[in-house]
Amino acid sequence: MPNAIEVRGIGKQYRLGATRGDRQYSYKSLRDILTALPRRLFRKSENKQPPMFWALKDIAFDVPAGEVVGLIGRNGAGKSTLLKVLSRVTDPTEGRILLHGRVGSLLEVGTGFHPELTGRENIFMNGAILGMRRAEITRQFDAIVAFAEVEKFIDTAVKHYSSGMYLRLAFAVAAHLEPEILLVDEVLAVGDAAFQKKCLGKMGDVARQGRTIIFVSHNMTALRSLCTRAVWLNEGRVTEDGPSALVVDHYLQKNAASNLESRWDDPDTAPGDHRARLHLARVNVKSERTDQITVDTPIELEFQYWNFTPGAELNISIFLNTLEEVCVFNIASDAAPRPAGLIRHTVQIPGAFLNAGSYYIKLFLVLEQTRVMFAHNNLIAFEVADGPRTGRWYGRIPGVVRPNFAWKSEALGPQADAQAHAR
Amino acid sequence: MKSPPEAEVRTISNDEPPSRVTEITPVRGWAPLKLRELWAHRELLYFLTWREIKVRYKQTALGVAWAVLQPLFTMAIFTIFFGRLAKMQSDGLPYSVFALTALTPWTFFSNGLTTSSNSLVTNANLITKVYFPRLAIPLAAVFSGGMDFLLSFVLLMAYTLYRGYWPTWNIFWLPGFALLAVVTSLGVGLWLSALNVEYRDVRYTVPFLTQVWLFATPIAYPSSLMHEPWRTVYGLNPMVGVVEGFRWAMLGSGHPPDAMFFVSCLAAVALLISGTFYFRRMERGFADIV
Repeated sequence: MPNAIEVRGIGKQYRLGATRGDRQYSYKSLRDILTALPRRLFRKSENKQPPMFWALKDIAFDVPAGEVVGLIGRNGAGKSTLLKVLSRVTDPTEGRILLHGRVGSLLEVGTGFHPELTGRENIFMNGAILGMRRAEITRQFDAIVAFAEVEKFIDTAVKHYSSGMYLRLAFAVAAHLEPEILLVDEVLAVGDAAFQKKCLGKMGDVARQGRTIIFVSHNMTALRSLCTRAVWLNEGRVTEDGPSALVVDHYLQKNAASNLESRWDDPDTAPGDHRARLHLARVNVKSERTDQITVDTPIELEFQYWNFTPGAELNISIFLNTLEEVCVFNIASDAAPRPAGLIRHTVQIPGAFLNAGSYYIKLFLVLEQTRVMFAHNNLIAFEVADGPRTGRWYGRIPGVVRPNFAWKSEALGPQADAQAHAR
Repeated sequence: MKSPPEAEVRTISNDEPPSRVTEITPVRGWAPLKLRELWAHRELLYFLTWREIKVRYKQTALGVAWAVLQPLFTMAIFTIFFGRLAKMQSDGLPYSVFALTALTPWTFFSNGLTTSSNSLVTNANLITKVYFPRLAIPLAAVFSGGMDFLLSFVLLMAYTLYRGYWPTWNIFWLPGFALLAVVTSLGVGLWLSALNVEYRDVRYTVPFLTQVWLFATPIAYPSSLMHEPWRTVYGLNPMVGVVEGFRWAMLGSGHPPDAMFFVSCLAAVALLISGTFYFRRMERGFADIV
């Protein structure tokens, strides 16, 4: 396959203070220039250059035509900057990129949408901005409207649309762009589950049509299923470039956040409300080595909260999720009327249950078994390391759980089968 | 090392589908204008202009009437204060006709200047998300004033006819004067919009600038107050050529295009060319600092 994208030694340097982080200082005012002038006259060499930093440095890779590549990395690692350089929104400071084919970039859904314009008008406007010809938009118009499911409202100003309709319309235009190279930034992070599913489905279609795609996302499951290859950026450099499953795993292992205990000591300000507030959540490691949780380590999850309403029927419900947002399980404690004061719940997770990986706990405090009094979305997090293995296979064992179910293996005797054949 | 031109787009084959190679490299210093690329994006320019026009008077009670009311109100105020109270000369014309003829192109110019100088900042969301020739944004801002200009021009025609000034052959010069106003507005708009990205002081300077410019242009008074050679020097303000040209074409007053008009044209073209180059030079930083 010929290369669709060739990136050679790309670097992008920013003046500190000129990044998205602190926007208010990003443009100069005349006053700054004037006040800096005397200093510049008298001090010649020092402090002449504002502090600079490299948002991207020595980035090099090739993407063969038809390959779907995921870009991963933490916030600020340079993923979006790289996409901006690739889509020519901003110039690189050094290096060279060759793009073979028509490029469509989708750094945001609905770029150029104007709330006062109707759906129809915005389709044309947005299409033109994304680089579609008018004839092309006209040809695709019905398909776009059908995909967005907004037929009835196509002549209504989009400011009257629900946010879901708005997103669907915006994505529909982008989805009907037909570039040879598609650059997509985190568009799947918005919208509800149904919308995301639709987006992912469309992305899959586009990928199967043999387009070249570079895709930035924090959704590791989507990345693993859509992309054949992943490039991991860290502090503006390529840390790893390889098959997506492998790179994503390494990335998740590296970035696993452990937070074995969360605690609030002030019953007036802790998370919660006047009825109950959280005091403590922690992971208790039930083995001799308390510094590490392996696949064999039994652990205990402990939760404490203050109940301020004597006799309230309370229980907690916990969700154990992987970093990729897959829920491993949701279990609830017993529900019973609780006295006022500190209440503790503990639950045991045996060894040989969770697979190696990173997990975090989401908690609901539930009133009368039906009403969620409050929720905490990321209460504690822990990482399960791989334990010592017997055998000669050391690769990653797939799956969310790693149960140690009993095997029964027996030899049925060398003769039985052989004799059957002999007859 | 000599840098190759930035983001050069060359068509390698004309087969369907078009296969293109885009090269992205850094560029320093003065950049080529790449007007051909702008031409390739003419549909986008059309849509941006159309959006500006469409959106401009949305959710206003009077709507498009504002296009006509702006020069009309200014004319009324000028007529009362300069015409009646200050007894300003008006080349022997009724003061209201004298003022409205000048205010019509002036309103186009000052609105074009104001919207284009803010255009890059108001369209920051486009600039940071999509690539297209950035020149399209201030261009669309100036062009979108064309609709307002046409409407107010209809008012001007109606009023001059009502006051008994019938057009002569001079009127065929009018598109030339209008073009001069477009070029001037664009030239200044390009300079200010590019400056505004980095120095937001521009936003506060523009109202002041247009006010000073208004009085530096013979709108409330005739340029015949000046004598040669100063009248020709006065032409360095291209709007002098536009306003005097409009009066000559519509009302037959003043001079036919002369040295002063020529100076105005030169000044406007100089503004446009320098503005375009400056804009292209600053352009590559827009997405990072806007």
